[in-house]
Amino acid sequence: MTGFVDLNTIRLAYDGGDGTLALDGLTMAVKKGEFAAVVGPSGCGKSTLMKLATGLIRPQEGTVEVAGKEVDGPVSVAGMAFQNPSMLPWRTTLKNVMLPLEIVQPHRRRLKSEYESYVARAESLLEVVGLKGFGDKFPWQLSGGMQQRANLCRALIHDPALLMLDEPFGALDAFTREELWQVMRDLHAEKGFTVILVTHDLREAVFLADRVFVMSARPGRIIVEREVDFPRPRPIDLTYDGGFNDIVHELRGHIAEARAAA
Amino acid sequence: MTNDRWIKAAPWLWTIGLFVVWEAACKGLDIAVFILPAPTDIWAAIVKYWSPIWKNSLQTLFTTTVGFLMAVAGGLALGLAIGWSRAIYAGLYPLMIGFNSIPKVAVVPILVIWFGIGTVPAVLTAFLIAFFPIVVNVATGLATIEPEMEDVLRALGAKKMDIMLKVGIPRSMPYFFGSLKIAITLAFVGSVISETVAANAGIGHMMLAAQSQFNVPLVWAGLVALAVLGIVMYAAMAWLEMRMTGWAHRSGRN
Repeated sequence: MTGFVDLNTIRLAYDGGDGTLALDGLTMAVKKGEFAAVVGPSGCGKSTLMKLATGLIRPQEGTVEVAGKEVDGPVSVAGMAFQNPSMLPWRTTLKNVMLPLEIVQPHRRRLKSEYESYVARAESLLEVVGLKGFGDKFPWQLSGGMQQRANLCRALIHDPALLMLDEPFGALDAFTREELWQVMRDLHAEKGFTVILVTHDLREAVFLADRVFVMSARPGRIIVEREVDFPRPRPIDLTYDGGFNDIVHELRGHIAEARAAA
Repeated sequence: MTNDRWIKAAPWLWTIGLFVVWEAACKGLDIAVFILPAPTDIWAAIVKYWSPIWKNSLQTLFTTTVGFLMAVAGGLALGLAIGWSRAIYAGLYPLMIGFNSIPKVAVVPILVIWFGIGTVPAVLTAFLIAFFPIVVNVATGLATIEPEMEDVLRALGAKKMDIMLKVGIPRSMPYFFGSLKIAITLAFVGSVISETVAANAGIGHMMLAAQSQFNVPLVWAGLVALAVLGIVMYAAMAWLEMRMTGWAHRSGRN
């Protein structure tokens, strides 16, 4: 395989192999700099996929490679964001965003001596997502959408080569969600990292991704890979376009089939 | 007066009201001082016996505080250990439940055999009774870390110690400081129990001595001293809690 993230004939059951079979024969490859979306019926093991690619869990069979290396433990090249922003309430937004710098090398080593430049970096990232001037607010002083923006910043502060998103916009209202799609689109265009976005919002998947992977019901595997070749940058109006909706419909059909087969 | 000011005045009005009703009942129904002294009788006893009340209060305050501080140190350490490791948790939990279910007054005779009558059993009883809620609360704070937060950090290569220092310990602090209010009250109970059973100083001892001399107003004066001490210690802990973990009480600030 030749991707940046390679999952090869993965078989994984929970509880160290004795529990429910979550993934079986799953193979997918995501190219460097690509924006990949994973959709599927609920409970198909989408979130498990995230943990596999970041090395938080190991498969019973098959191999996981990230950046050409077999994953045998947590990969610090990855940043993660979940639906729950999980900001730490005792830290200001800025300090929350800077948390990964206290963990990941080489930043951890340098954080003290180059503190000012790291703060500048965090502040510029906050500005990109539209949170300029909110750095010294506490998370509970921010709205859900703003917390999720900060969450994205935290996932990106250490310049990860791979960004893993697990339904990051799932709990937001429709307008905020569309706004954050655009933020995500611009961040990806600017920084060129690889993204794997797990979602059950097909419009979100089609708007953001270069390629959409459809998973089967449990035990999950990839049943369809759909290229989305709308030119970038994509305007938000695209989501009301006929061609766009055709792809959404097509994907919806695949998922309906997968659900029926289960 | 506006509604707000009524609410502010309410604690004072109710307290004063209680004493007025009490006084009126004692005088009106002609209740013997031996049965129930009126607040004025108790006040007279407080003035008359001020010196022993003050000295014994300091003794009780001392044993309570020392026992409480030991409970804080021990409870924090054990709570962190239990929250840290599932093996330690599984091993110690049944033991702690068993230990906690023993009424601490039943331990006092053993402490007296070991240490003799006096300050040490009071301190140890306070310690034994106060440390359990601290352990449970600290361990709860650690055990309820959001799994997403843990995943985010572990994916970054965080070690268990990192997660504890960055998330677990700060997170358990509101639980810890909240438990101090319970612990100080319990430590106080422990001290007084031990003083009543086996001591030669302290409010508990003073009340027992007064009782054997049928000095009922002094017994009640002892109760008042205990109430005052208890309120002061509770208030100190509540203040400390607000001071240290104000972020966890945001509804009060917004």
